[in-house]
Amino acid sequence: MSLISLKDVQFSYGDTPILHGVSLALEQGESLGILGESGSGKSTILRLMLGLTRPDTGVVEADGSVLDTRSRARMQAHRRFVQPVFQDPYTSLDPRMKVRRILTEPHAALDLPGDAEAEAARVLEAGGLPADSLDRYPRAFSGGQRQRIAIARALIARPRVLLADEPVSALDLATKVRVIELLTELSRELTLVLVSHDIAIVAALCPRMIVLQQGRVVEAGKTAAILRAPQHPYTQRLLASLQHMPMESP
Amino acid sequence: MKKTTLWIGAILVGINVVIALLTLVWLPYDPTAMSGGRLAAPSWAHWAGTDRLGRDYFTQVMIGARIALTVGVGAALLGGLIGTTLGVLAAFAQRGFDDALAATLDILIAFPTLLLAMLVVAASDGASLGTAILAIGIAMSAIIARLVRILTKRVLAQDYITAARCSGLGWGRIVLVHVLPNIAPTVLVAIALQFGLAVIAEASLSYLGLGAPPPNASWGQLLQSAQSTVFNAPIGVIAPGLALMALVLGINFLADGLRDLLDPERGAA
Repeated sequence: MSLISLKDVQFSYGDTPILHGVSLALEQGESLGILGESGSGKSTILRLMLGLTRPDTGVVEADGSVLDTRSRARMQAHRRFVQPVFQDPYTSLDPRMKVRRILTEPHAALDLPGDAEAEAARVLEAGGLPADSLDRYPRAFSGGQRQRIAIARALIARPRVLLADEPVSALDLATKVRVIELLTELSRELTLVLVSHDIAIVAALCPRMIVLQQGRVVEAGKTAAILRAPQHPYTQRLLASLQHMPMESP
Repeated sequence: MKKTTLWIGAILVGINVVIALLTLVWLPYDPTAMSGGRLAAPSWAHWAGTDRLGRDYFTQVMIGARIALTVGVGAALLGGLIGTTLGVLAAFAQRGFDDALAATLDILIAFPTLLLAMLVVAASDGASLGTAILAIGIAMSAIIARLVRILTKRVLAQDYITAARCSGLGWGRIVLVHVLPNIAPTVLVAIALQFGLAVIAEASLSYLGLGAPPPNASWGQLLQSAQSTVFNAPIGVIAPGLALMALVLGINFLADGLRDLLDPERGAA
């Protein structure tokens, strides 16, 4: 049974169709990359998986049952099951909260077991940050450190699925490498869904990938195979265009 | 420089607050009784001279500080409370309601405060401190609501709000814990600036006879009654005028300093 899946999902923002019959499934411990250009529907897939929005048709299944976003109890359980990491580390942490409060907030809201302070220290260490970070505000940290705090916040619920939306695209090269190393380490224990328009990041983190074009999955399979021999013209164009661009690689 | 303006503002407002509080327990003279000759010049006995009925001007200016602060604080609290509530609701509202509310706020902002005050006075028993607070507060609430609506929408678009939702927080708690603290600095500065405008509006209303009724010696009323004797006894205009200017200047300096002090990107890590 899949850990999390989308089955024939259609989704529109008003009159604008975003996703057309998207299906995908992830097993426990798997890492999936979602590659596509801006506006292809990548982030919408994450929002559906997070239960922040409902599909027009089709279903989202998580942990063996259909995700009913109207059920408070179901969503509370889902929050413990799946957690997000966002693209911009400068907008993903509340500037008026100390790191301690940022990390313990989900612990209290989700009624998680264990001591909140101890859990905050645990995830901070997992994120590779010093313990004295707890009493500082986000402004005291660099972009990469902020992203590590955001990852630490996601880990406090001990989720089984981590959804990362362009987690390194706002970072400089050196910081990018460190965050990718952290995500690689986490992907050994967690199921990871990584949304990116950067093929190199997807290749580094995800053995399996799908390619989205205007809300449709046009190619899916093993990352290495797709990179070696892309089948769909869109994927071929995407890869060809990347070869002509001066790109940073992790 | 910013700290200097904050201190100057705090001192000017502080002096007014101390004087206003002092009037509750002590006054140099009875403000309604003749305590000297008519239109007497400033002296040791009467620091700002006397009016045409021989009442001590300084005593009346002291009472004026209390009235200005009462109306300013009352209107700021009323406008801040109504404005913040409406603004947050509008930011969460469906498009139709949000548009309707935005249009209503625009109309209210375009509506002259004095005209609004006249309507409030007409709808109530007559001019009083309460009607002045109500009229100025309602006018102020529209400006605050529009600002809060924009700021709230901006905060709601931040990723940390989505993270809070994913952390299991309900909208009510998100507003209390994330939205209000993040919009508070800008809103407080706006309220402080509106407080200054409220003091001026109160003086204008009193000047027109729509503010605190006699024997309350509002600064606007003092200016109005000294108008006919401005060339014989200019102190009657200068004293309340200077007091009004000092308080409004102090509030504006304080607001400016607060804006800097409350900026999260400037504080110590």
